[in-house]
Amino acid sequence: MTVAVVQFGGSNCDRDAVRALDRVGVDAERVWHEDGLPADADGIILPGGFSYGDYLRAGAMAAHSPIMDAVRAAAEDGTPVLGVCNGAQIGSESRLTPGAFTTNRSARFQCEDVFLRVENADTPWTAAYDEGDVIELPIAHGEGRFEIDDAAYEQLVDDDRVLFRYCDADGNVTDAANPNGSKGNVAGILGSPRTSPC
Amino acid sequence: MTAYTATVTVRLKRGVLDPEADTTQKALERLGFELSDLRSADQFEVDLDAESADAAAERADEMAERLLANPTLHDYDVVVEEQAK
Repeated sequence: MTVAVVQFGGSNCDRDAVRALDRVGVDAERVWHEDGLPADADGIILPGGFSYGDYLRAGAMAAHSPIMDAVRAAAEDGTPVLGVCNGAQIGSESRLTPGAFTTNRSARFQCEDVFLRVENADTPWTAAYDEGDVIELPIAHGEGRFEIDDAAYEQLVDDDRVLFRYCDADGNVTDAANPNGSKGNVAGILGSPRTSPC
Repeated sequence: MTAYTATVTVRLKRGVLDPEADTTQKALERLGFELSDLRSADQFEVDLDAESADAAAERADEMAERLLANPTLHDYDVVVEEQAK
């Protein structure tokens, strides 16, 4: 299996993604966005960074790179797409996932460890966990506040597409445990079921 | 063809939290100003040649739809003026 890690100008976590995949025994290659998506890509990662300097909005410029048409088409055909950090912002700007990421409630760049509660373990992305597990991960973002209108949010919840919510160390989903003001403490979602978590 | 300037103003929808505006408002209040609210907006001035003001507005509208605004977060408006000769 080969995973394509898409590099945009300003991506800076692409090597980390390749290393992480290598560590779990998955073949991965970095793909410059202007070179197009390899036909044999079994999975796609949109890595973190600051593509195009976050001009206009984080992810807005990269979302309009021609390779994103190919990524959307691959996702629709069932190819798994993972958006990490800036990659998640690119994913929402390119409509792979609903909603948008915008300025943190604090108006500051935040770099800290947070707790997440696993909301849905029945996906390839979360299969190693059990629902309700609490995991600790670092965040580093200025525009991580997940915004979505009420109707679309209800739809996400009804479709069981929320993967993780920010919580405290005991798994309680509270406003105090929400680092950036994200709607419903949502920290990770599936775009279309089983294709594109961000 | 006539030269126009289309001014596209992109604002957060009402009800969407605007931490930068809140911070700016607090800073103004610290300076002693009295104000009841403050909203921030991005404004783009686009120079373009078009057959008519309507055609210029239509093109600027499409720019806002496709890139300048994010429909989840923003409302926008477009004002077109003929450039001074």
